[in-house]
Amino acid sequence: MSWRSLWRPGDWLVVICGAILCAVSFPLAWQQGRAEKAIVRRGGEVFAELELSRDRRIEVQGPLGTTAIAVEKGRVRVLSDPGAHQYCVRQGWLERAGQIAICAPNEVSVEMAGRGKMYDSLSY
Amino acid sequence: MTRSVTRLVTTPEDHRIARLAAAAIGLALLDAAIPLPLPGVKPGLSNIVTLIVLARHGWRVAAWVSGLRVIAGGILLGQLLAPGFFMSLAGALSSLLILGGAVRLPERWFGTVSWSVLAAFAHIGGQLALARLWLIPHNGVFYLTPFFAVAALSFGIVNGLIAARLLAGAPSGTSQTT
Repeated sequence: MSWRSLWRPGDWLVVICGAILCAVSFPLAWQQGRAEKAIVRRGGEVFAELELSRDRRIEVQGPLGTTAIAVEKGRVRVLSDPGAHQYCVRQGWLERAGQIAICAPNEVSVEMAGRGKMYDSLSY
Repeated sequence: MTRSVTRLVTTPEDHRIARLAAAAIGLALLDAAIPLPLPGVKPGLSNIVTLIVLARHGWRVAAWVSGLRVIAGGILLGQLLAPGFFMSLAGALSSLLILGGAVRLPERWFGTVSWSVLAAFAHIGGQLALARLWLIPHNGVFYLTPFFAVAALSFGIVNGLIAARLLAGAPSGTSQTT
């Protein structure tokens, strides 16, 4: 007996509906972490809130010098920073809500924010 | 010898349920032993038993077998009353609810593959709902939904086909499970 003979006509229908549900679930589940704005902080206080829809560059003056931050195509990164290790620069583009780049020596940070507060990590 | 004071009266149906539940529990243990890359993704082999029972003996017996499997499986795996136990309970309950509707679908058009796929989706639906409401009250749990959905579809088809094959191979009345 072939496996195909075990299928009934409606089974195909159900499987196709299931496949559509699977396909739809990808964008639905993965876009909710999308960030809406970037929050730039200096010395722990909010310096600027950048809309991600508009490309722009800003410069923040910290104790060591100037930290440059760029928004481009809905992403944000630290362009340059006077800090010694350049961690926040090397972190590259931030794309999802909850991501954060911290330039600790210059006391500047940029954080991606979405709807509601994100957790750093989840475990159970 | 003192006579036992309590005496359990068992019907042939009780025996049948016990036998079927034992098969389901065995498969549930096998299920837990199969390593899979993602936590929460399991083939759900014991649902093959549920499907066969549903086709042969109806929804009531299937609910018994499924419920006994969840509880006994929980005891055997050391998961009883732990989060994992409630997750399988939520999955089993929502599957049974959907199956209660699915058995009413015209038999000529919808077979065990349909039942199995519908139940698999109900299973992850129920589990995700419980996880979101209770275990991880954050929308982050839905991040893995696509993987669960794909797993539900594939394992649903496979389990449904196996159940259909077993049902076709052994006509009711002569099989070893009755």
